[in-house]
Amino acid sequence: MSQTVTILGGGVVGLTVAAELSGRGCDVTVIDPNGKPGPHGCSWWAGGMLAADCEGEVAEELVVRLGREAANWWQAQGAELTYKGSVVVALGRDRQELDRFARRTENHTLLDQTALEALEPQLADRFARALHMQAEAHLNPRVTLRALRKRLKADGVTFVKEGQAAGQVIDCRGLAAMDDLSELRGVKGEMVILRAPDVELARPVRLLHPRFPLYIVPRGDGVFMLGATQLESGERTRATVRSVMELLNAAYALHPAFGEAELLEIGVDARPAFPDNLPRITGKNGKIYVNGLFRHGYLLAPAMARMVGQLVLDGKTPEVWHEDRS
Amino acid sequence: MPTFYGKEIESRLMLGTAQYPSPAILADAFRQSAAGIATVSVRREAGSDKAGQAFWELIKELDVALLPNTAGCHSVREAVTTAHMARELFDTPWIKLEVIGHADTLQPDVFGLVEAARILSEDGFQVFPYCTEDLVLCDKLLDAGCQVLMPWGAPIGTGLGLNNVYGLRSLRAHFPDVPLVVDAGLGVPSQAAQAIEMGYDSVLLNTAVAKAGDPVAMAKGFAMAVEAGALAYQADPMEPRDMAAPSTPVLGKAFLE
Repeated sequence: MSQTVTILGGGVVGLTVAAELSGRGCDVTVIDPNGKPGPHGCSWWAGGMLAADCEGEVAEELVVRLGREAANWWQAQGAELTYKGSVVVALGRDRQELDRFARRTENHTLLDQTALEALEPQLADRFARALHMQAEAHLNPRVTLRALRKRLKADGVTFVKEGQAAGQVIDCRGLAAMDDLSELRGVKGEMVILRAPDVELARPVRLLHPRFPLYIVPRGDGVFMLGATQLESGERTRATVRSVMELLNAAYALHPAFGEAELLEIGVDARPAFPDNLPRITGKNGKIYVNGLFRHGYLLAPAMARMVGQLVLDGKTPEVWHEDRS
Repeated sequence: MPTFYGKEIESRLMLGTAQYPSPAILADAFRQSAAGIATVSVRREAGSDKAGQAFWELIKELDVALLPNTAGCHSVREAVTTAHMARELFDTPWIKLEVIGHADTLQPDVFGLVEAARILSEDGFQVFPYCTEDLVLCDKLLDAGCQVLMPWGAPIGTGLGLNNVYGLRSLRAHFPDVPLVVDAGLGVPSQAAQAIEMGYDSVLLNTAVAKAGDPVAMAKGFAMAVEAGALAYQADPMEPRDMAAPSTPVLGKAFLE
């Protein structure tokens, strides 16, 4: 008889866990009062970069190692991935930041101007050097979430807005689980979506910045996602002029053609994080909580889902396990 | 140990709380640094309904004195408003006053700084002004009611160390009884040691620790450096001299020309 599982939350974590468990034969129901993926959840606003190596600049080894599982998992789920790596550049007086970044990360090649021109012709006349993080990939979060939900529904996963939880309950509600997980906090992020038909980039570009990492992800049809600020605030609304200005300034500095771009969206939400900014699988009162993926939702959800599967079906304690007896 | 506005602090290190890889690493760095004061930025995190509360609670758990700052304020009015917000949030009259005059270098607007220092001091705040090493400016800040001075070593975030050693020495000599803190521009522990050796009471840094590859190890390095600097200062260092002075007798050897 198959095991019954109820998943609370239909964002990137909830859907990923649903996919893993239903793939392993569980009878899965997903409860999300907001229904389909949308602007109510922070995975809607994500960049969608599967950039384990880049994140290694600041994040701990665990994030890099687990993150390297992501691309294969998404690929196996039928997600549309672009495997072109990503490019890292630094502006003018921040040039030495590129050396520091290279020292602290792995799997990259240093590009001179000619090599950069072959990858990203539009950047070559503005940057003499760049790093190519060749093992990285990216996806479109919104398209991916919608497609995954649709496929899961076709495979027999039940989606409801409310209902009684049955079987093993797995709480994947992100910040909404703050009342149950006392150490969880929100880290505010602001992002912008632009249409810039004159700009051509084949892969995500990360612009090193002394205060926060900025990146531009091409979404096709001249659309670009520009992210993201990182503020120690649980606020989920109110993108400020200062933040948006900094993001737009960075885009403009990367390529002046962004000056003529059309502003499509300004997004803001808060990422769920624990004090060490590392993800956890928490056991509390018989429930399993998968949370704290911070800025690494799409990157870490596959490894978290694998571990939840191993916990529920094989009784294997996850390496990110936390027992909460409070 | 330094005393600021009547409160003695058991450390010569003040640490900022921004830009760490995570709050957990921040807390470890603080433990290793043995810092006695944490500066906290209020402006951007504040938002509505005390949205920064979760992070501030983590800072409060560090069990060090809190020095809220007005980082990111570009006018007197902004700085004064932010100071009031900080007093309410952290329940302290202490405020590290920053009035930024140049968006690019984050150099202080010294004119606005004196004005804001006067307004806040009259309002009962105990002001820690982030200033340059200019003697006349520092004199005016003292007139405005400040009882601490925090001249920069170098522009914020540069890690260049003590750019104007002469100016900093001169401040120490002119204000022997005012607590002096080198704020901003330090990159490595030896620069902190240098400031304390010169008789500075304390150093304040953030980026040098937060952005190091291993913030916790760097924090420990700074803790040891300020301790070394303080020992050296108290030990009354020898005066530098132009000629070598052999420490063993040279009797029986030829004199060096």
